[in-house]
Amino acid sequence: MRIELEKRPERSKVMAWASPIIAVLATVVTGGLIFAAIGKPPLQALWIFFLEPFSSLWSIEELVVKATPLILIGVGLSVAYRANVWNIGAEGQFTIGALMGGMVPVFFNTWQSPLTLVLMLVLGILGGMIWALIPALLKIKAGANEILVSLMLVYVAQLLLDWLVRGPWRDPKGYNFPKTVGFEDWQVMPVFGGGRLNLGILLAIVAAIALSILMRRTMKGFEVRVLGEAPRAGRFAGFSSDRMTLFVFLLSGGLAGLAGIVEVASTVGQLQPNISPGYGFTAIIVAFLGRLDPIGVVVAALMLAVSYLGGEAAQVALGISDKAARVFQGVLLFWVLACDTLILYRLRIVRGAPAAEGV
Amino acid sequence: MKKWSALTRRDAMASALAGSVALALSASLAGPAAAADKLKAAWVYVGPVGDFGYSYQHDQGRIAVEKALGDKVQTTFVENVPEGPDAERAIERLARDGNKLIFTTSFGFMDPTLKVAKKFPDVKFEHATGYKRADNVATFSARFYEGRYVIGQIAGKMTKSGTIGYIVSFPIPEVVSGINAFMLGAQSVNPNVKVKIIWVNSWYDPGKEADAAKVLIGQGADILTQHTDSTAALQVASEKGILGFGQSSDMDKFAPKAQITSIVDDWSHYYIGRVKAALDGSWKAVDTWDGMKEDAVVLPPIKNVPDDVKAMAEKTAAAIKAGTLKPFGGKITKQDGSVVENLDDGAILSMNWYVKGIDDKLPQ
Amino acid sequence: MDQSALLAVLLTIVTASTPLLLAALGELVTERAGVLNLGVEGMMVMGAVAGFAVALMTGSPYLGIVASALAGALLAVPFGVLTLNLVANQVATGLALTLLGLGLSGLIGERFVGQPGVRLQKLAIPGLSDIPFVGPILFGQDVLVYLSIALAVLVSWVVFRSRAGLILRAVGDNHASAHALGYSVIRVRWAAVLFGGAMAGLGGGYLSLAYTPQWIENMTAGRGWIALALVVFSSWLPSRLVIGAYLFGAVTILGFFVQGLGVGVPAQLLSSLPYIVTIAALVVISTRRGRARADTPACLGQPFVPDR
Repeated sequence: MRIELEKRPERSKVMAWASPIIAVLATVVTGGLIFAAIGKPPLQALWIFFLEPFSSLWSIEELVVKATPLILIGVGLSVAYRANVWNIGAEGQFTIGALMGGMVPVFFNTWQSPLTLVLMLVLGILGGMIWALIPALLKIKAGANEILVSLMLVYVAQLLLDWLVRGPWRDPKGYNFPKTVGFEDWQVMPVFGGGRLNLGILLAIVAAIALSILMRRTMKGFEVRVLGEAPRAGRFAGFSSDRMTLFVFLLSGGLAGLAGIVEVASTVGQLQPNISPGYGFTAIIVAFLGRLDPIGVVVAALMLAVSYLGGEAAQVALGISDKAARVFQGVLLFWVLACDTLILYRLRIVRGAPAAEGV
Repeated sequence: MKKWSALTRRDAMASALAGSVALALSASLAGPAAAADKLKAAWVYVGPVGDFGYSYQHDQGRIAVEKALGDKVQTTFVENVPEGPDAERAIERLARDGNKLIFTTSFGFMDPTLKVAKKFPDVKFEHATGYKRADNVATFSARFYEGRYVIGQIAGKMTKSGTIGYIVSFPIPEVVSGINAFMLGAQSVNPNVKVKIIWVNSWYDPGKEADAAKVLIGQGADILTQHTDSTAALQVASEKGILGFGQSSDMDKFAPKAQITSIVDDWSHYYIGRVKAALDGSWKAVDTWDGMKEDAVVLPPIKNVPDDVKAMAEKTAAAIKAGTLKPFGGKITKQDGSVVENLDDGAILSMNWYVKGIDDKLPQ
Repeated sequence: MDQSALLAVLLTIVTASTPLLLAALGELVTERAGVLNLGVEGMMVMGAVAGFAVALMTGSPYLGIVASALAGALLAVPFGVLTLNLVANQVATGLALTLLGLGLSGLIGERFVGQPGVRLQKLAIPGLSDIPFVGPILFGQDVLVYLSIALAVLVSWVVFRSRAGLILRAVGDNHASAHALGYSVIRVRWAAVLFGGAMAGLGGGYLSLAYTPQWIENMTAGRGWIALALVVFSSWLPSRLVIGAYLFGAVTILGFFVQGLGVGVPAQLLSSLPYIVTIAALVVISTRRGRARADTPACLGQPFVPDR
C-alpha cells in the first residue's frame, strides 16, 4: 500500500485556500509536541508564536516593518525566478543600495530637503541595479552561472560596507565606532504614528501591485513566463533571453537596493556593518512561499514576519530558546510546502503491487 | 447577587468573552504571572549564550544576579539579536514586557537602546561598551586592556622568537586598545618584540581562528593571543607545543598545557551592584568602567611559565589593581611618531591608532 | 616565504579546503541527479554537532565520523520526502532545511558548549611522514583529507564511467526519458539526496573532529553556502570541484598570510579575494567553453512525478 500523487486536471481552488490552513494546523500539532518535548507549555507557546504578534498595535506595526524589506525584495525575486533567472545575491544588492543611497547623508550631512530623501531612494535603486548588473552581464557575455556570481558578490558587498564604515565613512564624532553619522529629518523615511511604521510599506505595496499587473496583464509579464517555462518557444517567438536576464536582474536588483536604502533610512538610521538580518536570503523563501506571485509574496512575507516575531516573543515570555524557534520555523515551512502539493496533486492510496511505474 | 440576575445572558457572555480575551492578552503580554513584586531585569545578547565567550560571560553575570538576588529579581534574556533593525524591536519588547532594568550588551545596540529609552522613561537601560547616555541610560564597560597589559608582559618575557601572534576579529576601539596595551606590556620587558596581527572578520568562526593561528605560527610566532571568542587558537597552540592566552572565558580545559592565563570578563559584581541600586532607588545613569580592581577583569591562575615570570605578572597585576600602574598612564609613542601621555577614558574608548612597533595599519 | 611558513600555509590550506570539498562533492552528486538541495549548511552543521557529540561520548573520533555522516543523511530525509515524494519546491524546501538544521543542531549542542572534543589524529606513517616538507603534506594528514580526495576520484569515476553514473546523469538531464526507459527516477534521486546529506554531514564532522575539536553554535559559519557555490563553479565536474575548493581555501589562507606580513593591506580587501577570484576563475572557464550552461543538469530543480 502506497501513497501516490495524481496530478489534478487543474489547480484546485479549494486547496489554494485550504492548504495554508491545513499546514498551520499540522504545525500546531507538531509544534505542540516539540514544545512539550522541551518542557514548555505547548498551548501557551503556540498562542505566542501565532497570535501574540497580533495582540498589540505596536506588534502589528513591527510585523509590517519586518515584512517591508521582505516584500520589496521578494516581489522582485518572484519575477526573476519566474523567468528562471536565479538571482541569489539580493542580500548584496540590498547592501550596495543602502551604501549608494546612504552616501547622500554621509557626504551632504546638512542638506535637508524633500529632495534629499528622493535622491537617496533613487540612488538606492541605482546601487542595487549596478550590483545586479555584474552577474547579469557576466552571464550574458561569458556564460558565467549567475547563482555563483550573485552569491559571491554578497560577501564582497558586505566587506565593502564593513571597510567603508570602519574607515573613510566613519562618523568623526563617533568615538571611532564603526558607524556613519546618524540620518536625520529629511534623510529618514517619514513615519506614521509613534512606532517604526514608515513610508516603506507603501513603497512595498506599490511594488507588489505594480509587479502583479506586470506579470498578469502586460506583454512583458507574458514574456517572463514564457521564457521561464518554455525557453525555446520563447526564442521562436522572438523573445531574447539575454535581454530578459538583464531585465529581471535590474528589476530585482533595483528593488533589493530600494529595500536597502529604505531600511537604513528608517529602522537603522545610519550605515553600520550590520544592516540586514539576512533579508536577501529570507526573501528567497518568501518568494517561493508566495508561489512566485507578487501578491502571494505579500502574504508570505507577513507570515514569515509573524514567525520571527512570534519566536522572539517566545524567547521573552517563555524562555524558549531562539534555536527552538528556528526549528519551529523550519517545521512550519515544511508543512506549508508539503500542503502546497495538494493544490496541484491529489493523494491517492494505492493498494497492492505497483503498476509498471518503473522500478 | 441581585445584580447578576439583572444581566441578560448576552451581556454575561459578552463580558466573559471580553474578559477571557483580555486575560489571554494580558497573560501573554505580561509573561509568567505572580511576579508582580519582583523587579524584572532583562539582558540582550548579540551572540548565542552557547559561544563560551563574550555573550556566555554576560549570561554568567545574569545567572549570578539570580543566585544572589533571586527572591527580589526575575531575569530574562534574549540571545542572538543581530545589531541591525531587529535590535530595537527586541529591546522594546522587553520594555513592554514589564522589564524595568535592561542590559544591552553590545556596542551596536547603542542607538536602538537610546531610541527605546526615549519611549520608556520609567525603564532603566544599561548599554555596554558605548558612549551615549541619557537620563535613563547608563553605560558600562570593563577595562580589558588592563588584563592585556599583564599578559603582554608575560608574552614579552616568554617569547624566544620575538614574535607574538595576535588574532582579532574587527577593528573596533576596544580591540585596538587591547592590542596597544598588550604591546606596551610586552615592550616594557622586551623593547624589540614584534606583534603579527590577523583580522579574521568574524566573532564566531573557530575554523578561521585556527587558520590564522597556524599561519601565525608558520610565520614565526611562538606565543598566541586573541580577541576572538573561540578556543580554536589555543587548541592549535596546544597541538604545536606553544603557549597562548585565552579570551572571555577560562579556556584551560581546552589547552591545559598551552594556556598561560586568560582574560576573563566577570560581569557578576557589576550586575549585582546595579540591580541592587535599581532595587533601592540609588540607580543613576552614569558611565562605569570597572577593571581589575573591581574584579571585572580576572586573570585565572598563571601557569606553564617559570616562577619568576609568574611573580612578575602577579606584581604587575597587583599594581594595576592598586592603581599605581596605569597601562595608558605614561608617555606613549604612537605609530606615526607623535607622543601622547596619560590618556583619559575618552581617548581609550575611541582609540584608533597603534603604538610604535606595530606594523599593521588601521582603517582611517 | 621561508620553508616553515610555506609548509604551514600549505597544511592550513588543506584543512581549510577539505570540509568544502566533502560537502560540495555530495551536493554535486545530488545536483547531477537533478535535485537542488540548498540545505547543505543545515546538514553540515548537524553533522558537526552529531560527530562531536558521539566522539565525546564514546571517545572515538571514528565513530564520530560515522555519526556525522548519518546525521547529515538523516536531516536530508524530510527534504527527500518533501521534494521527491511530494514534489514540493526544492529551493524553498532546501532553505527550510537549513533553518531546521541550524536550530536543531543548536538545541542538541547546548550541553556540549565549552567542552573540549576528541581530535581526529593525523596519520603518522613511520618514515614517510618524516620526509622533510613533503612528508607532512602528503603523508601526515588526517584520514578525512585522504577520504575527500579518494571520494573525489571515486565520484568522478562512478559518475562518468559506470552504468550507475550514466543512470544518475540520465535522471538529471532528462528524467522523462529515464523514466520511459524504466529507471526509477525517484529512487535514484533518493540515493543521490542521501549521499549528498551524508557528505555534507561529513564535511561538518570534519570541522568539529579534526579542524577545531569543539562545538559552538553555527560553527560552520556559512561554509555550506560556499560549497553550493563551488558546485556551480565546478560545472558539476568533480575534478574541477577539487580545484575550486582548494583555490578558495588557498586564497583565504594567503589572505591571512599577507595580513601577518604586516604590510597594511586592508583585511576586508584580503577577505573579499576568495570570492572575487572564484568569480574571475568561473568567468575564465566559462568563456573558454563558449556555450553557456552546457553542463547544467537539464532537469536541475524540476520536480518529477511519474505519470501513468
